[in-house]
Amino acid sequence: MKKYIIKRLLWSVVILFIVSFLLYILMRSLPTSYLEQIARQKSQQPGSKSFEEWMQQLEATYGMDKGIVPGFFAWLGKALRGDFGDSWKYTVPVTQKFKEVVGISFIMSFVVMVLEFAISVPLGIIAATKQYSWQDNVISIVALAGISLPTFFTASLLKLVFSVKLQWFDLGGLVGRNYDILSPSGKKMDIALHLILPILTLLIASIGAYMRYIRTNMLEVLNSDYIRTARAKGLSEGRVIYHHAFRNTLITLVTIWGTSLPGLFSGAMITEQLFSIPGIGYTSYQAMISGDIPFSMFYLVFIAVLTLIGNLLTDILYAVVDPRVRID
Amino acid sequence: MSDLENSVDKTTQETVQNTEEYSDANASKNAEYSLSDDRRVKTLSPGAMVAKRFFRNRIAVLGMVVLIFMFLFSFLGGALMPYGESQLFYRKDSQSQKYAGVKVNTELRYQQAEKDSFPALAQAQFVLAKGKKLTEFAAGGVDYSYEEAGKDFYIISKKGSSDPVAFAAVDTVTSVSGEGQIPFAEQLSILKALTNGEKEFTEGGSSYTLSEDGTVTKDGTAYAYASRYVVNAIMSDVTFSQKFKEELLEQIQAGATSFSFTDDDGVEANYTMEYDATSKTYNILQSREQMVYDSYSPPSKAHPLGTDKNGMDMLTRLMYGGRVSLYIGFVVVIIETVLGMLLGGISGYFGGWIDSLIMRIVDIFYCIPTIPIYIIIGAAMDAMRVDPQIRMFYLMIILGFFGWPSITRLVRGQILTLREQEFMTAAEATGIKPVNRIFRHLLPNVIPQLIVTCTMSLGGVILTEAVLSFLGLGVKFPFASWGNIINDVNNTYVLSNYLFIWIPAGVCLLLTVLAFNLVGDGLRDAFDPKMKR
Repeated sequence: MKKYIIKRLLWSVVILFIVSFLLYILMRSLPTSYLEQIARQKSQQPGSKSFEEWMQQLEATYGMDKGIVPGFFAWLGKALRGDFGDSWKYTVPVTQKFKEVVGISFIMSFVVMVLEFAISVPLGIIAATKQYSWQDNVISIVALAGISLPTFFTASLLKLVFSVKLQWFDLGGLVGRNYDILSPSGKKMDIALHLILPILTLLIASIGAYMRYIRTNMLEVLNSDYIRTARAKGLSEGRVIYHHAFRNTLITLVTIWGTSLPGLFSGAMITEQLFSIPGIGYTSYQAMISGDIPFSMFYLVFIAVLTLIGNLLTDILYAVVDPRVRID
Repeated sequence: MSDLENSVDKTTQETVQNTEEYSDANASKNAEYSLSDDRRVKTLSPGAMVAKRFFRNRIAVLGMVVLIFMFLFSFLGGALMPYGESQLFYRKDSQSQKYAGVKVNTELRYQQAEKDSFPALAQAQFVLAKGKKLTEFAAGGVDYSYEEAGKDFYIISKKGSSDPVAFAAVDTVTSVSGEGQIPFAEQLSILKALTNGEKEFTEGGSSYTLSEDGTVTKDGTAYAYASRYVVNAIMSDVTFSQKFKEELLEQIQAGATSFSFTDDDGVEANYTMEYDATSKTYNILQSREQMVYDSYSPPSKAHPLGTDKNGMDMLTRLMYGGRVSLYIGFVVVIIETVLGMLLGGISGYFGGWIDSLIMRIVDIFYCIPTIPIYIIIGAAMDAMRVDPQIRMFYLMIILGFFGWPSITRLVRGQILTLREQEFMTAAEATGIKPVNRIFRHLLPNVIPQLIVTCTMSLGGVILTEAVLSFLGLGVKFPFASWGNIINDVNNTYVLSNYLFIWIPAGVCLLLTVLAFNLVGDGLRDAFDPKMKR
């Protein structure tokens, strides 16, 4: 087991190395004129550095003056020490900006994850146990519709109904107009109120996939031999489902939970953007479309790391939770 | 359908399962499943069996119907619509704007002879003298005398001389062209004639005629304009034609409040006059019919879904948008599948170091964040002003390039299990070449799984494309796409007031993706009877 984990970890490091190299190549292959154009725009802002200084800063951070391979190692050396340079858009060190904004994304994703499990697990189990009933049909169609709904359309519909027609929530933003005059608890309430629609959007988009996943798994478990045995023993249906079957679906639940754990930090780019929630997704989207190379590079590497951790956790958790999985 | 259901033999198990599935199958039908000889002969090919199972799944068939509708809507609809994808529509709009001001002159205006000067001080002295009923006055060391030539018309000359240096009059003389000054002497004669009510006079070899509204004709051509109405343009770039001025003054004198006038270019406009008592001015408002982009017009007979912000027909845009979305979806999935089958097939069949290599590449590709990368590339393409058509190709290539790993994994996994089965051993034993073994025996067995995955990923690709187009980084104007149609909701006014713009596109998107998913689900059930949905 230990050997397996170490092997996986080492391999993840290698993948990360290659992925960051590829990302570095992508960044380097952006047309120079594009970078110069951005640097020129930046230099024209009042009180900004000169064009040459911007270009020099970029070259220094990314080793642009060197060849691709030495340049990559120069950048990697700095990145490993946590130095990702200064963000162009936010004019503070990238890591500092990241620390500022990651919190709200984490809170949002965490609430979404808890609700996701709280809703999709019971519904998935109902759908599986009452296969082909009307409940199953409704749940399956709703789940599929959730998957098929583009986030931006869901968000627009929610905004139309709850913000424009009912006027319960603001159209976007994290705080209301009178935030500054609210009491400390009132401020928290205000933020919570502003997070409801984004959370709802994320929930609609992701819950369908979970429900389908749990349903398929539950069905697989229900068709297995030990469930037939349990039924043959004369156990009550409730005991068969909630004691024997559900415990086995827990294996998959734990695994997908492990996989989604790193995703808590990655932010929801499109939803945050739509509701102007200043989380990591919104911040990086703004950085990316305005050509903020240092921040974009950091975000890309960050997402790659999260994906790797997610995959690693899935494999390890699967092996840990399910004794039937043999590791070689 | 009924004769399909009669198949026995291989499908007995199948039909039994189906009776379980559909409890509403009535008992009388069970007679058809009997093993009597007349029913025994009919068998079904595997393809027909899949079709039969698929068509029994009502939800999947519904999805299929929706898909067919969407295809017809996008591909046939676009061809049938009388409008083009980016055809602009206009509407007439009447815009009212301040056009001219007509001031009724009630004060004396001074005009001095070219060679002389009549300074402001002299003007003041003149007014004083006039008030005291004196005919002489002095200013700046010069003595003047004046003569009342008519009502509100005074001719001023130096004392002892009959040569006028200036005159003061309420009526003014302006040239018809609006440019240049009329010589002093001419002005004087014209005003004299006007005051005396003369219709015509000759001076300096030219003959002048005065019409009632104050137009002065010199040698047969309109030359000047003498009246107490001063017409000013509000906008500096507008000059009035003589005809217009005549008409305007005529209407004012007649006490009309509005009139319409057709200018030399044949453009008709309505004019409204308002008298402002404090400034003693007539304000002339021009309201003109102008052609403007017919943007955000509500649904009507000509445009069933209205028009968008550029004045393009929404329904047509929707059809072309569907075409673009489906087209991109198919091209991307084809790229993905070709790459995925090739690499997955090689990987699964040969195994060993090739397999490890390809699988490691797949691992790496899984870690690359695709949406952020496309956003960065899209922003760079925006800045480089890449042609929208070329962008579309880039979009397809990039989506296809990052999409193959999942298909590779699927194909490899399938081949790994299939390759160990007896029919492959048999194929090897009969001495079939490896190429044929892969492409004729192995890959055809992967195809069912592949079709299911492709159908589902078509929906996924269309969604990704829509998201990118929505963000303004995918399909760009002038091309329509369901994503970039909905992009308009970023304008809050459109979001809350012009539902006909974005709701239909969203519904189309939802229906299409949902239909692809439903059909994919249905196909999976149909291909694999053991796996229920």
